[in-house]
Formats: sequence, structure tokens, C-alpha cells
Amino acid sequence: MNTSQGVILFPSIHFALQAEKLIKGKGFFIDLIPVPRQLSSDCGICMLIEWEQKEILYALLEGGGVRIEGVHPLPRKED
Amino acid sequence: MIYFDNAATSWPKPSQVKEAMVRFMDEIGANPGRSGHLLSIQAARTIYETRETLSTLFQVRDPSRIIFTPNATESINLALKGLLKPGNHVITSSMEHNSVMRPLRDLEKKGIELSIIPCSGRGILDPREVEKKIRSNTRMVVLNHASNVTGTLLPIREVGLKARKHNLLFLVDAAQTAGAYHIDVERDGIDLLAFTGHKSLYGPQGTGGLVIGERVDEKEMSPLKQGGTGSRSEFEEQPDFLPDRFESGTPNCVGIAGLLAGIQFVLDKGIEQIRKHEISSIQKLIDGLREFPQVRLYGPENGLEQIATLSFNIAHLSPSDVAFRLERKFGILCRSGLHCAPAAHRTIGIFPGGTVRFSLSFFNSEEEIDQALQAVSYLARE
Repeated sequence: MNTSQGVILFPSIHFALQAEKLIKGKGFFIDLIPVPRQLSSDCGICMLIEWEQKEILYALLEGGGVRIEGVHPLPRKED
Repeated sequence: MIYFDNAATSWPKPSQVKEAMVRFMDEIGANPGRSGHLLSIQAARTIYETRETLSTLFQVRDPSRIIFTPNATESINLALKGLLKPGNHVITSSMEHNSVMRPLRDLEKKGIELSIIPCSGRGILDPREVEKKIRSNTRMVVLNHASNVTGTLLPIREVGLKARKHNLLFLVDAAQTAGAYHIDVERDGIDLLAFTGHKSLYGPQGTGGLVIGERVDEKEMSPLKQGGTGSRSEFEEQPDFLPDRFESGTPNCVGIAGLLAGIQFVLDKGIEQIRKHEISSIQKLIDGLREFPQVRLYGPENGLEQIATLSFNIAHLSPSDVAFRLERKFGILCRSGLHCAPAAHRTIGIFPGGTVRFSLSFFNSEEEIDQALQAVSYLARE
């Protein structure tokens, strides 16, 4: 079974990298991936997260002054 | 060969600068923030790290408020042309480089009013003169941190506090000081800090930037150019957020990788140590040159009141003759003439003749200074 995942979108890569540094520094596992087409036609990257951690990650980022564009769940993939 | 032209660009650079640039070309090389792949993200990380390191250097709270530009000149143009509107009044000094004077003279033709504070014959600015020039429509004070002609340090902190008291924006041209002198944008009351990467930050040419302080509303500041930023690609309007608003087009990523290594060199050595080295070097040079009656020195003639740059003339020789002979006979490379700052030369009373300029860096040794003094002594007695 797939774990439920989501993404955090940022206005630009500067904030995605600021977020990556902040969150990895706190020991969370996250990844940077291209923004899924269904969410935005932007050519940038976003942060792949475990959906259940969205509140704590959002709070961390907000506290660290990172600009966030949005938080979205990713559709579950069928096995 | 002795290189005494560090105020034009520092040379040599620390070896790690070149190594970082080669590593970027060999191992990363991609366009930062334009694609989601590994190398593109690595390139963007290089830029991000550089911005963060600069924010440590200049005590900037939010690194996104540091904009990369090709040089201090573009940073100054961006600050002046992005913020000033017809009817605004600007105060500057008579020691400015043409990177400040030329855009201001251009803006003057478009309805901006300009006041120029005369500095003393040694290039020293009395900060009280700034307040005397303030009018109801004054919007900005623009000063260089140190003169590229005489090396004179200007009292930016005193002026910064006055500018803040009168709610004026304060733009500092730190082309000659960033990396060699401690700059704290908060403590010094700086709203806009223009810096170059290729002088005392020991990065490559083609790097520089502008710090945009929190008192500046970036939405009210026009970019010099618009274009691709890697963000908001679905919109044809320029982003209104930092840093993207002012960073259109592919940046000089390989240069910025080198700049990062240069700044790290500065931070590793410590600005205090670098400054100490420069004070003792320039003082040795000043004391030596003062011994020759045929030599006339310009500027404060005091290592504590200037950076590691000075100007001089030899009585019977033109500056270009001196520079030519120093190079051909002694292998000493320096600059002669007006150094792109005609107002500064009028201030110290040597327009249009100009001066010979020696500008040192952390890499110049005492032996080189001794050799240069011997060379000047030879020319003075010729």
C-alpha cells in the first residue's frame, strides 16, 4: 500500500531551497520534485512530503519565514 | 611582477575560487531553477548558498532580499532608476564614482533634483552637511563607502542614522569595501547596499549584487529588465516578489560559484584580520612615499581613515609616464588618470591631470611595498 503523500508549493526555487534546508535540518525526510502538472503549469520544483506531517512542516516553514504558495495532497497511485 | 591595481579588480584570487568554478562547470553546469532535475537543483543550491553566505557577511536577516547583478554599477542603476521618480531630490557627495554620477546626471535630465555635498581636499565628508541639504522632497542619500581615487572612507554609519531620522532611503556603493571592511546593513542604517564580487570579495568579474532593505517596498521598485525567472511561468507579468522580481534571465552561475568560494575565503580569514593587514600595508606605503619630497600624496594619509588605496603624483612626471615607467622598468602594474571619477578629482584639485593609483589587496607583501617604494624613489630622483 502507498503512503499518502502531498506537496508544498513555493513562489520560487529560492524558498523551496530555504524550506529544504530548514526541514532537513530538523531531521524530516522530504524530497524536491518537479511541480505535478495537475497542480500548476509552473516549471519549478516543489517539496514532496508525507501528508500526515503537513501541519508540523507548515508550522516549521511559517516560523522560519519561508513563503509558501500552497499545500496539496497527491492522488494515491493504484498498486 | 607586482600587481597594485586591486581597486580595479583584485588579482590574484584565492585558488579555491577557480577550483569552485571548475567544479561547477565539471559537475553541475545546469540552469538554476529552470527545471526540476538534479543538476538544475544543484545549480540553484549554489546560488542559494551564496545568498545565505552574503546575508551572514552583511547581516541581512532575509537572504531573499539580496539580488545578484553583474556588477556594482548595475546594482546602483537598479536602485536609483527603480526607486527615484521625477520631482524627487537626491543628496550625494563630490567623491562619487561615475557609476553613481552618470545615472544621477541622466536622472537629473528626467526631473530628479540633485545636491552634491563638497568633500574636503582629502576627500573627507562632514556628515553634518547631509542634514543641511535635506529638502521637503528629498527621497534618497547616495554615498560611496570608500573613494576609489584616494581610498578615503566616508562616514556611512553617521549618515545612515541621519537618513533614518529623516525617513530618507540610504544607498551605499560598497564597491571598494565589501569584504575588506565590516558592513552591517542594520547597524549602519543602509537601505540599499550595492556591492561587487570581483574586488575585496575575491570572486570573478561579472558578479555583484544589491541588498534591498526591509524599508524598501519591492513592489514600488521597478526592475531594470523583465524576463524568465523560472517561477510563475504561466503568467506574462513579472513576479512581484524577491529575489525573482529583479533577477530575470539565466544568471552567471559559474561566476557565483566562484564568488561563494571568495566570500568563504574572506570569512575564513576574518574581516578584522584582512582589515588589519590592509591598514598596515597602506600605512607602510604612505610612510614610505612621504619620505620623497618630489611625491605629492592625496587622501587622508592615514591607514585608519582609508582603505588600501592611495593616489599620488611625482612632481616632474605625468601620471601616465609614471605608470608606464613603473610597468616597463620595474614590473609594477597600477592605474593612472582619472579612475572614472572626475568629481573626486575636482574635489582633490587634480582635474583633469589625474593621479597614479596604488591599490593593494590581502595578497600584497611587505617586500612588494619595499620594491615599489624603491621604484618610486628612482623615478622621483630621475
